[in-house]
Amino acid sequence: MKLFEFEAKRLLVKYSIPVPEGVLLSDEKQMAEFADKLAPPYVLKAQVLVGGRQKEGGVLFADSIDEAQKAAQSLLGKDVKNLPVNKLLVEKKLPVKRELYVSITIDRLKQMYVTLSSTNGGVNIEEVASKNPLAVTKMLINPQHGLKSYRATAMAKKLGYCGTQLLELTKIINNLYLAVIENDAELVEINPLAELDNGKFAALDCHVLIDDNSLYRQQEYKTILTEREKTAEENYALKKDLSYVKLDGDIGVIANGAGLEMTTLDLINYYGGKPANFLDLGGGATIQRITHALQIVLFDVDTKIILVNILGGITHCDEAAQSIIDTLNIYRVRKPVIVRLAGTNQEEGKRILSEAGIQSVDSMEEAAKLTVETVKKGV
Amino acid sequence: MTIMGILINRDTRAIIQGMTGKQGSYHCVLMREYGTRIVAGVTPGKGGTILNNVPVFDMVEEAVKKFTPNASIIFVPAESALEAAMEAIDNKIKTIVIITERLPIKDAITLIYTATQSQVTIIGPNTPGVITPGECKLGVMPASVFTKGKVGLISRSGTLTYEIANCLSKERIGQSTCLGVGGDPVVGFNFIESLKRFKDDEQTKAIALIGEIGGNLEELTAQYIAQTHYPKPVVAFIAGVSAPPEKRMGHAGAIIMNNQGTAKSKIEAFTNAGVKVAEKPSDIAKLLIKECGTEILSE
Repeated sequence: MKLFEFEAKRLLVKYSIPVPEGVLLSDEKQMAEFADKLAPPYVLKAQVLVGGRQKEGGVLFADSIDEAQKAAQSLLGKDVKNLPVNKLLVEKKLPVKRELYVSITIDRLKQMYVTLSSTNGGVNIEEVASKNPLAVTKMLINPQHGLKSYRATAMAKKLGYCGTQLLELTKIINNLYLAVIENDAELVEINPLAELDNGKFAALDCHVLIDDNSLYRQQEYKTILTEREKTAEENYALKKDLSYVKLDGDIGVIANGAGLEMTTLDLINYYGGKPANFLDLGGGATIQRITHALQIVLFDVDTKIILVNILGGITHCDEAAQSIIDTLNIYRVRKPVIVRLAGTNQEEGKRILSEAGIQSVDSMEEAAKLTVETVKKGV
Repeated sequence: MTIMGILINRDTRAIIQGMTGKQGSYHCVLMREYGTRIVAGVTPGKGGTILNNVPVFDMVEEAVKKFTPNASIIFVPAESALEAAMEAIDNKIKTIVIITERLPIKDAITLIYTATQSQVTIIGPNTPGVITPGECKLGVMPASVFTKGKVGLISRSGTLTYEIANCLSKERIGQSTCLGVGGDPVVGFNFIESLKRFKDDEQTKAIALIGEIGGNLEELTAQYIAQTHYPKPVVAFIAGVSAPPEKRMGHAGAIIMNNQGTAKSKIEAFTNAGVKVAEKPSDIAKLLIKECGTEILSE
């Protein structure tokens, strides 16, 4: 789960990591209210869950309240990278001496948390790393001992600091680690962490990714989870325990298993078709989920045809077939459905489908091919 | 008769942690039907009862004292999975299969580290388990698609693995051991470890490896294969060739971030390492026969 910049900064503040003074706007008229609280110059940042906002015009500058109001008006309600801007973070623009990069994330190979730091802050860190690997310092964090304070000191020293600044930066790094651990974050990235003209530090931008699997124990994040980055269908799917991602084709695809679903989508592409979605029914008995999944793809205006791919182990093919028939009978929406059924009670399942006039295919590859051909012929 | 299997075999004595839950109980029956020696179940509060003809204990320690199991399969919910696994590790159980999905990454990190320090093999989390066809099944996979044979099958997926095992079995290409490493970003026993064991396993003549987008496990595996001049043929299939970036495709670990972890990168890495990569599942059998000849077919 991605946090908006303003949420990420609230988290930093909670952990005593300094951020610029700022206000959150959802209406440009609010700018006048904040005039006495926040003096210019301003930086106005569209709160959208994508990187690279600046290039897309999602970050504007203003030297007065009037300019800020106009800038706010131009940003609010518009799209940045196809995402609507509902909120703006308006901050005091601070005089920056140097931009650093500091983050804590997960090293999937070493299976540990890792700190990344660089004096090349303010730019895309992958680009920095690929051009000059030595410019990014990595430090694994031992899972048993956590981030030891002296290691944080070492990181801060490597970034070029001593004296009071060394202590300040060390404190920020230690607190960053606590923020990660206590919030089940997969990533907390401060880019840039600015050294200001006055020698103090401030996190000018922050990306936080909270582990979706930890939400059961992160109540605060659980309650703000819905509606972000997700369409109405994706939110519905989430509630029904389905894994759903909208894509831009016209073939609705459902399968039981993420790898199986991905492969089914790959096969659709292989045979020249375009999937409208990724939808994984999940493992185990999936009969109820079939109904909800079918609902989603049937009512997706973009789908012209639906392919259901079930490899049933625990899931019985005859029950799956019955569920498909029952669901189609409830809804008047008529779209062709092709089913691939294999596994437990396969023959019985195919019989049930055939009696209801639904086409079933034994092989996954044949099913994908047939689906694409059917769409191409025109449905 | 030689004992087969790189991880489990007919002599494996397993306990089920979370046996009295719906999933645990259901799969206990299926595993026992397959021939797996389930010696005990562990569910705190249910000690002293018997379920599916298997005695249930409150603690792993009690089960260990009575039956000396050498493996455990864990069905407990995500909130308690770390604790359950730690309990098994503390009681020196050497092989632990974690079926549980949605384990928080922080817990997985703690778990894998602790296991490594104690030289305990963790399979999973979020895995369908491991099966040595004809001998032992510690998992939830449908037994019928697997047949005994000479190909080691390793995968990050669940049902896709069954699909491929099914394809292979239909072509008379049986499996020596099939193992799901799990769909999460942080997992225990991975491809490289599996390859190491398969290398020394006489029954295994070739390996089929099923990867997917996200992370760089496949790339590192390709490196390992190249660097060690891996002595047995390896054939691969990568799911997610058509997946868009920045979207998680079901598995917690299946996400292309910042251009890293694309199917293309994995296919390239394998191809450069001399691994033949199948374009679609049905090609895997064809490639195996091409690489190994008919000797790869089961007897």
